[in-house]
Parts: sequence; structure tokens; C-alpha cells
Amino acid sequence: MVDVCIIGAGVVGGMIAERLSKYELSLTIVDKGGDVALGATRANSAIVHAGFDAKEGTLKARLNVRGSQMMEETCKRLGVKYKRNGSLVVGFSDEDRETLKELKARGEKNGVTGLELLDREQILKIEKNIGDSVTCALLAKTGAIVCPYELCMAAVGLAMDNGAALKLDFDVVKIEREGEGYRVISGTGESVLAKCVINAAGVHSDDIAALVGDESFTVHARRGEYMLLDKECGRLISHTVFRCPSKMGKGILVSPTVDGNLLLGPTAEDIDDKSDVKTTAEGIAKIRASAAEQVSGVDFGKVITSFTGLRSVGSTGDFIINSPTDNFVNVAGIESPGLTSAPAIAEYVEGMLYDMGITLSEKQSYISERRPTHYFSSLTNEEKNEIIKEHPEYARVICRCELVTEGEIREAIRTNPPPRDIDGVKRRTRATMGRCQGGFCTPSIVEILAEELGIDYEEVTKLGGKSYINIGKTKSGD
Amino acid sequence: MNVDLVIIGGGPAGMAAAVAARKSGLEDILILERDEALGGILRQCIHNGFGLHRFGEELTGPEYAYRYEKEVVDLGIPFLTGTTVVDIDKNRRVTAMSAERGIFTIDAKAIILAMGCRERPKGALNIAGTRPAGIYTAGTAQKFVNMKGYMPGKDVVILGSGDIGLIMARRMTLEGAKVHAVCELMPYSGGLARNIEQCLNDFNIPLKLSHTVVDIKGKDRVTGVVIAKVDENRRPIKETEELIPCDTLLLSCGLIPENELTKKAGITLDRVTGGAVVDGSRECDVEGIFACGNVLHVHDLVDYVSEEAEIAGRAAVKYIRGEKLRTNEIRVDVDGKVRYTVPKLISEAEDTKLYFRVGSVMRDVSVVVREGERVLLKKKKQKLAPAEMETVTLTKEMIESIDSGSISISVE
Amino acid sequence: MGKIRKLTCIVCPRGCDMEIALGDGGKVVSVSGNACKRGAAYAQDECTHPRRTVTSTVRLSDGRVLAVKTESTIPKELIFEVMKEINSTVARSDLKIGDVIIENVSGTGVNVVATANA
Repeated sequence: MVDVCIIGAGVVGGMIAERLSKYELSLTIVDKGGDVALGATRANSAIVHAGFDAKEGTLKARLNVRGSQMMEETCKRLGVKYKRNGSLVVGFSDEDRETLKELKARGEKNGVTGLELLDREQILKIEKNIGDSVTCALLAKTGAIVCPYELCMAAVGLAMDNGAALKLDFDVVKIEREGEGYRVISGTGESVLAKCVINAAGVHSDDIAALVGDESFTVHARRGEYMLLDKECGRLISHTVFRCPSKMGKGILVSPTVDGNLLLGPTAEDIDDKSDVKTTAEGIAKIRASAAEQVSGVDFGKVITSFTGLRSVGSTGDFIINSPTDNFVNVAGIESPGLTSAPAIAEYVEGMLYDMGITLSEKQSYISERRPTHYFSSLTNEEKNEIIKEHPEYARVICRCELVTEGEIREAIRTNPPPRDIDGVKRRTRATMGRCQGGFCTPSIVEILAEELGIDYEEVTKLGGKSYINIGKTKSGD
Repeated sequence: MNVDLVIIGGGPAGMAAAVAARKSGLEDILILERDEALGGILRQCIHNGFGLHRFGEELTGPEYAYRYEKEVVDLGIPFLTGTTVVDIDKNRRVTAMSAERGIFTIDAKAIILAMGCRERPKGALNIAGTRPAGIYTAGTAQKFVNMKGYMPGKDVVILGSGDIGLIMARRMTLEGAKVHAVCELMPYSGGLARNIEQCLNDFNIPLKLSHTVVDIKGKDRVTGVVIAKVDENRRPIKETEELIPCDTLLLSCGLIPENELTKKAGITLDRVTGGAVVDGSRECDVEGIFACGNVLHVHDLVDYVSEEAEIAGRAAVKYIRGEKLRTNEIRVDVDGKVRYTVPKLISEAEDTKLYFRVGSVMRDVSVVVREGERVLLKKKKQKLAPAEMETVTLTKEMIESIDSGSISISVE
Repeated sequence: MGKIRKLTCIVCPRGCDMEIALGDGGKVVSVSGNACKRGAAYAQDECTHPRRTVTSTVRLSDGRVLAVKTESTIPKELIFEVMKEINSTVARSDLKIGDVIIENVSGTGVNVVATANA
């Protein structure tokens, strides 16, 4: 029996695992996907929100502000890129100006510092490419950007380095009480016996709660489509530019990413199918129209990919973090600002476990830091050459657009949590993520992955399951 | 390290430039190639149709490349493979990396850019739908099939009628796949007429002009694509949508010169070609840096790549020796029907071939070069098509007769 | 009465649009639209016994593949038969460009040769 089983290896489950891994607790993380960070964590706005959006007094508001304060230090420790670029909520009318004033007041009540209302002239001083019809903005100096799946992978990775187990392709279909704990059972009959279960299953967290008889809430999926532009466009703006909010969320944003691209989106569409991640022509049109109003000079010819993420929207309007039954914790309805709140949610859940009487004694051997994923690329040429002397594969460039070497790809495949497919390698190394989108390097990465995993070339998949890159050898006669 | 002439890229352009430079008497040359062997993209272009102009016979891609590789070797021109250039600057300092040498710098007296081009990826096309496995550019599929010996799929739809797409339609068919259709957004093909004949018609593969892919289906692997006819504004017509079950979508929607290094050196790019703005000698606006081949503008035939690379190779040697003479610069303006010319500037009074492409299919027209109202040259053409590169040659005398600093080229 | 057949020439990248007047029994009476003599010859062949060069790859004994071609054209209707023979061949892994891999493929009198060094 393990002490804690966390269902869901997204950024919330990952941060909780990382937080708990410093104690003498045995941990198992299970996820239905073939990799970590495949749910809402995979595709979202990658923003560390300052904390003026959430209604004062809510758990969301509290954890947002706390998470925003914790994020920089957390990223540093986990070796994850973080940039405090500040954010601007832009308005186009007097009505918007009033809304911005309300936001500022709310933010201040929530404890957000560094909020300022700007008029057009002031905006132009800090952001010369702001949209022509923008008249006012709320500047939040504490707004920041981070890469959500990088943060999640680092958190799960560090938890694993500290002894946590990760079980992928583990689709939880049943949870049974067994003695003092729970038996968590997958669709294939595999099971984990745990004293305590933490439900961090994202859009599926209501289904998981129902397995222990808790039907007090529901979660639905809200689709958000995004477009990612070439790094050439990453310096068009330095702040994250939000649109003055409406009922359907914070609207479309235009933001640089920590990797230097420009991100546009998301749309917001509530849907029934919790796995529908297609992009649509309407969504793309909507993003283009809004982004062009917020920022001038967005070059839509430089779009390198478009994608869709699912946000999990809870039925209560607030984060749902509770214990419906003994030793079972729900962490559900973690919609925006879920990424920002994740470190604070982990801290909060840790407190809940303590209150439940679970012993939290620190490990002697705890590893508190993780080497940055992009360690090699951050070195000076002299330092790189020292490594290349020993390991020449660090000088063999595989992905020419993002300059990722064979050494870095092999290292990523050998690092916790190990990727098993092309998309997994992409999320860890950025290989195939550049302007050619894997056109040149995919055949080489397939080769490296096959070698590292000890499988045949044609067994390599894009995203697990039956997503084979190739269907077989040529000349095979069928 | 100091080298007189560094050539970035060991494909057909880089090799031809090196050979021309050596034949002009330059000793100190170094070719840097990122792949494990010389040859560039020709290594995977195993089909025939190369070299008719240059060698008077029809060769396959690897055979064409081998002729130059052999010459490079026979002439003793040094080259480094497995070597990726990561930076160049205005002062012609090249930073490169390879397993053997690590990260190293070379100071060059002249540089020739010959990095080639890449394919337009799917993201740039903004196709709606899911993102399963089974979507590749035609060139990626070509590498899987021809270099690695693996089949990326067996039921194929191809979007875009560029030459690589047409070639891969035949290639996949020969390897046992079924190619259901080639869809082309434009009302005309992006590939050569002979390739439509011998790659599609020979195998009864339908070419659907004014058609595009509007949706991709499938979660793990592609299970189908929805195609639709487009109207004159290239908008899909809903009523014409049709689902084609398939496991693979290949994209052949254009090539983009790979100019990331060019930009790092601060060289001005032409918005139409995506390559550097050059003069007749293929020199960029940063002194001592030349460009040729598909990094400069996308060619239809490798024979023209070699021809252009030789111009750059010889000019670089002249530059290194301080013999490059500049007369007054003449700008070549286009009328829109002609989309661009290479070169865009003429700075030396010598016979100059202008390469150009047109924006639409035109029949029984004339290409006219004028200085103001004065006609310098008029050439009749039975047919002009966007897929085909055309040329007109201005003689030394014509160039010497120009005194206004600009000429224009138009189709009438 | 004869027929007119339209063909796009595939001899060179110019891709001439040709019109071929066919007489009794499909005999070529005249060819127009071609820019060179090779075009006329192609038209003649194409209307009577069309031929193509086949380019492909062959599997090597070490598992890799190597580019190959038919040394000259083969009858168009034999393309898939030739492919079948190429596909069932496993070649030495030390082949050099120009080496003959299959002699007289599918009885066409044409050899299949390597077009690259293994």
C-alpha cells in the first residue's frame, strides 16, 4: 500500500506530487494519458495571472494571489523558464474604462500590488505596437509567463527523482474502499492500493469523485483555440495583452511566450465532449479579428501552428478543493487561473493532509532542485565545448529550427518523466516545434526514440496509442 | 580559423559555387554541410528529370549530386559534413558546430549562402480539425520512403500540387499506396506540366483544381479528410464538401527559402522571394556575402541552381581579389504579372540573365523590358506559368545604354 | 478518318502541349506544338508503345534502402511488374553508383542500376 495516490498528472497533480515528495510518503501518480501534462496543462495561455480577476473572498482569488507570489521561486527551483513581463488589460471605450477601474479595485482587495490604470499615451510608452483603437489599459506589473507543460514535467520529474512512481495509460474506472484505504483500479485491471487518494483529474474530476459516491459537483470542458507564431514575431510586444473581460472569460490575449514565440487565443466554447481538441475555421477567424484589434502588426502569415486546449470549468464557480469522504481529496474545477494557483493549491492540499492526521516528516535524502530542461542551451560556448568533448552527440544538430542536438534529445528521453513518443520529445526539447514543424527532423527523432526505447522504427508513435508515424517498411509486399 | 571563402550548404548550389570558385583559381575554400553527406535535398529526390540543360541527359537527383560531389573531391575542395552553422555576422564571422570540432568560429573573406529552402508546414495553412499522426509534408514523406525505407501511410490525399507532392503521389503509388486525390487551392497547378502527366495521369490520380482540405478527422492516426471546392475568392463552398477516408495527408503547399542565418547577418530580404536582395553577381547588401540556389529564390530546376551558383562562386573570388567593379546600380521594377526578378539590382555592365516568375497562367504574350518608354528587349512566349521560372538576357550593351538607374519588366 | 490526340510532353521540364494527328490504326500522321525533335519522338512512342523510366529503391542486405532506376525506359504497362521484381530483390550493402542490380528486369532487356553509393 502506498501512502498517497494522485489521479491526474497535470500541472495540479504534478505540483501536489512534487510538494509531497519531500516527505517520508510513498507516492503513486496515475494518468490515463500516455504522457504527463496532456489535459488542460498541454494547451493553455501560459500566463501567471496577477490576481485581479477572481471575485474577492473566493478560494480562487486567494490561491491565485498566493500562487503568483510563489511562482518565480518555484520555477527557479524546478529549473523552469519564468518571465515577469507584466500584463495589460486593454479597453476600447468608456465602458471598458469603468470595468478596468472595477478590476483594479478588486485586485487591490485581493492583495495584488503594482496595479495601474493607463491612458493611451502611457500605454504607447511601454508598448508601441498596441492596437489603434485601444484607449485605456490596466497594467499589472506582477503578471508573468511560464510554460505550463514544462512546469508540470519538471514537477512530476522531481517527484519521481524523490521516489514517486508514475503510471501512465492508467484509466481509472473504479475506486473501492479497502481496509483503511482505497483500491484505485484501471480499465485494464491494474490497481494501486493507497491510504489516501487525491483527485486531480481535470475535466474528468467529477467522474472520479462519482466513483466514491460524491456527486456534489460537475465539471464541463471549455474549448479554447490558439495560434502560435514564429519567433520572429515574439518581440512585437513585451507585455501580455488581454482584452477587457466579458462573461465568457478573459477573452483573447496576445502574449509573448517564454520561448520567444507569440501566442494568440483562446476562444471560449463550452462543449460536451471532454476530448474534443479539434480546431475550427470559426475559432481561427475569431482569434484573428480580436488579436488584430488589441495589437497592431500581428503577421498572420507567420503562424506556425494552431491548437486547442480544454479548460475544466466547475459547477460552483470557484475551485472545488474538499474532502468528501475520509482520506479522499477533490482538487477539481481548476479553471483559469489554475496554472498560476498550482503551487498554492499544492501548499493548500498539503495542509489538508496534515489536518487529516497524515504524518509529514521530511526526507533526509530530499532533492530540492532540478536541472533545467534547457540546461545545455543555456551554457556558454566554452562550457558547451567541455561537454561536447566527452559527448559529441551534443554537437549534432537534429532540429535545425530550434537548434536541438542529439545529446539533448537523448538526455530528455532518459530524464524523468521519460517521453515515449514524438510529441513527448517535442514538449521536452522543443524539437519539431519550430518553423518547419518537424518537416526535416521527424525521421531522425523517430530513429533516436526507437533506439532509446529499444523498439522498431515503425513502432514509434506521435502521441501514444495507435498513432504510428509509419505503417511499416517499404517493399514489405502488402 | 581563417578561410577565404566559406560556403554554407553542400547541396547542388553550394557544390557548384565551390567548383566555380576553385576553377577561378581560389585555393582556400571550405564547404560546411549539416547533413552527414554532400548532396543536400537531391539525395532524397531519387526520381529522374535532372540535368537535361546542364549535362544533356536525364539524371536522378542522387546522380546529379554525385557529379558535383565527384568534382568537389577531384578538385580537392575541403568540406565538413555533420556541421551546422548557428550564426553569421556582418563581419563574416561564421559560428558552427560539429561532433568533431565542437563549437568553432571561422573568419571568412567572403561567404556564399546556399542553405536551400524548406516546405511550408501545416500550421501555416490553418487547416481545422484534429492533430493526429499521418500529416506530413511531401518532403518528410519522401525522406521516410526513399532514405529510411518506411511507409508513412497507404491511403493518401495530397494537398497542394507542388512538384514534390506530384512526385510523391507517384512514388507512394509505386510502393503500393493508393493516392485518392491531389487538391490544389488555385485554379492552376503549382507543379510542372510533365509531372502532372507522368505522376498523376499515368496512374489515374485525380487532380482537383480549386479544391482544398477543410477538415482533418482522426484521433490517433488520420482517418479521413474533408475536401471542398473553393470559389473565386478561395473560400470553401460548403455544399461541395466531401469526406475522403484516408490514413495520410501529405502537404505540398510551397517552399520557403531558409534565411534564418541571412537575417542574423542583417541582410535585407525581398518580400516576394523570401530570399536576399542581390545584384547580378548575387551579392547581398552586406558586403562580401553572396547567395545562390533555393535560399535566394525557389527554383523549378536544379540546372538553374547550378548556373546561378557558378555566378556567385566566380563573383566571390573577384570580390576576394578586390576585382569586383561596381558601376552605377540599376533597379529592376516588376509589373505585378511578373512577380519578381533575380537579380533585383544590376551593378556591373556585363551580360545579365534575369530570372523571373509570373503570378498566373498566360498564353501568347510578350515579355518586355523597358527603360522608361524605351523598349530594350521584347520576347514572345507561347505560355507562362507560375510553376515555371523564366529568363530574359540583357546584353552588356543594353546595360551600358541605361542611364536612368531603373528599368521595368512586364508581360503584355 | 483520323483523330487528334493532345499530349503534354514529359521529355524535358518545358512540358510542351502537343497535338498529334492519328491516322488509320492509330498511326501517327503528324505532330505539332513540340519544340524539339525529341518531343516528336516521344509523341510517336506515346501513341504507339508508351515507355517510362522507373525510379525506386531497393532493400539492401543490411536493412537500408538504396536509390535505383531502370537504365532506360521500359514499356509503361510493365511498371508494376518491374516494381514487383525490384521489391523482391535484396541487394549487397556495398553497391556503388552505376552498379547493375537486376539484369534484364521483367524481360524488358533493361537493367536496374544503383543511382547512389550504398
